[in-house]
Amino acid sequence: MPSTDGASGGTECFSVRRDVLVCLAILLTAPVARAEQHQPLGIGRPPTAQEIGAVDIDIAPDGTGLPAGQGSVAAGAVLFAAKCAACHGAHGEVGDDSPVPKLAGGQDTLATAKPLKTVGSYWPYATTLFDYIRRAMPLNAPQTLDADQTYAIAAFVLKLNGVVGDDAVLDAHTLPAVRMPNRDGFIRTPNQPGS
Amino acid sequence: MTIQRRRLLRDGAFMAAAIGASRSAAVGQDIDPESPPWVHEQGAPVLSPPYGNPSPFEKSVIRRTRVASAIPSVASSLTPLQDLHGIITPGGLHYERHHAGVPAIDPALHRLIVHGLVERPLIFTVDDLLRFPSVSRTMFLECSGNSPLWKSVPEAWTVQITHGLLSCSEWTGVRVADILDQTGLRPNAKWALAEGADAAAMTRSIPIETLLSEAIIAYAQNGERLRPEQGYPIRLLLPGFEGNTNVKWLRRLKIGTDPWETREETSKYTDLLPGGKARQFAFVMEVKSVITAPSGGQSIATRGFQELRGLAWSGRGRVVRVEVSSDGGTTWQDAALQEPVLSKCLTRFRLPWRWDGQPQHLLSRATDETGAVQPTRDTLLAARGANSYYHYNAIHGWRIRRDGVLLSAA
Repeated sequence: MPSTDGASGGTECFSVRRDVLVCLAILLTAPVARAEQHQPLGIGRPPTAQEIGAVDIDIAPDGTGLPAGQGSVAAGAVLFAAKCAACHGAHGEVGDDSPVPKLAGGQDTLATAKPLKTVGSYWPYATTLFDYIRRAMPLNAPQTLDADQTYAIAAFVLKLNGVVGDDAVLDAHTLPAVRMPNRDGFIRTPNQPGS
Repeated sequence: MTIQRRRLLRDGAFMAAAIGASRSAAVGQDIDPESPPWVHEQGAPVLSPPYGNPSPFEKSVIRRTRVASAIPSVASSLTPLQDLHGIITPGGLHYERHHAGVPAIDPALHRLIVHGLVERPLIFTVDDLLRFPSVSRTMFLECSGNSPLWKSVPEAWTVQITHGLLSCSEWTGVRVADILDQTGLRPNAKWALAEGADAAAMTRSIPIETLLSEAIIAYAQNGERLRPEQGYPIRLLLPGFEGNTNVKWLRRLKIGTDPWETREETSKYTDLLPGGKARQFAFVMEVKSVITAPSGGQSIATRGFQELRGLAWSGRGRVVRVEVSSDGGTTWQDAALQEPVLSKCLTRFRLPWRWDGQPQHLLSRATDETGAVQPTRDTLLAARGANSYYHYNAIHGWRIRRDGVLLSAA
């Protein structure tokens, strides 16, 4: 540095040295920062099939995820009376909108001043019924129903709505094939992500 | 001095007992305001209690329910907006909406699994998530069922009842993008299923671009670990999105191609329109505001100066303007916005005001940075009908009677 006198010279000198240090620091740390963004951090581990299986309970509208097994309307009637009727009534007729919704009826009411949103009048997919019963019902013992029981109760609720007949048997093939009355009743909101 | 100290130490136990007795006697007792007991004796010692509580004089500042639920675990509770200041909601006053109660999760047993259309499925402990680079964000959460005023505007409803499914916290956690950077995404990844570990295994389908932009998996709220009611040990946060998509007690993200059409995005949280069709995936909470002081159920004791205070927010970004009317919407005045004004966060607004003893009709109207202006109730009902149930964001206010009592009014 040529300047040797006064505060300004000292400051300049310090400033240059600081710049060099900053440059060195960038050169040394930049590769590390880049590596952190593009290489594995090594956090977490691959889950086992058992760990995934314990929580992988979702059902897609095309039936993906439905388990083996089957259930009839007749079997569902017995199960519904034992496990569901205490809150929902013998025919799904008990309840308001919340917390216990009516399960049946209400078709052709959606455009009226008093719409009744039920499985039969509102739900667009039958797969949702299986998914929801298995993950959240019955309220006093969620995630305890097996596949056969879940198919059977879903069959009974659909029968209450006249969506399937008295002799219907649901399984991984017949359940996704059920066409719900309000299948085309939903509009994906414009300008929303994913729409 | 040393004698005094020795005496203090020796009499420590006695002193603590005396302080405790005196303090409990002080509450609600006849006290000489010119010589109150708290100036003549030591106050409570440190660590009483180790985790502090509000003053006993603030006992009325609590969450409340609008109606008693037949099933108390399937219910909601409301934040007392009329009693709060600034923009942060204390953890214990954050509104609640549970679909199967509050699970008592042992964090050592909790796991987050990310799987589906990823290159490398991964399972994380809570401690794993704490190792990621952290991020903090102050943002509001609002239940899409907030302000159920579609059918009528009950005049006795306070702001806690009309708008209390609304809270705001500083959240800290991990960017979901950083986690998905570890798992990688398959090219056809378009949607993700977020699932909770509660007894409803609460599930919502979320667009993948939302997860990659601003989404956070939070483990902390206002500086401490999440409250159990807010998803302890971890929850999803999607800035600006309706409350229920911010899945609490998050245990799983499954990546897929299409929405799962879960119960909570078909049967519930869809907006029924006049023609009988329903809006689905209306995620964003639109621009909205409300005056919190003075507000419904309160009574103005004295004429003259008072500051009008309220909150404004938008799920689309920053609030840029709040106007206030005292004549039912004929004339409007700009309110001051308290900095910092943050995107997708509550903003506090204020306006100097005088009550002249005459009836007035107070209203507030917010505008966000996209130019969206809060609609009147008539405009909203004309567009959506009265059966939408969710996403009510109309202008709301309070009618002041001649006796100073405030009543809810659109």
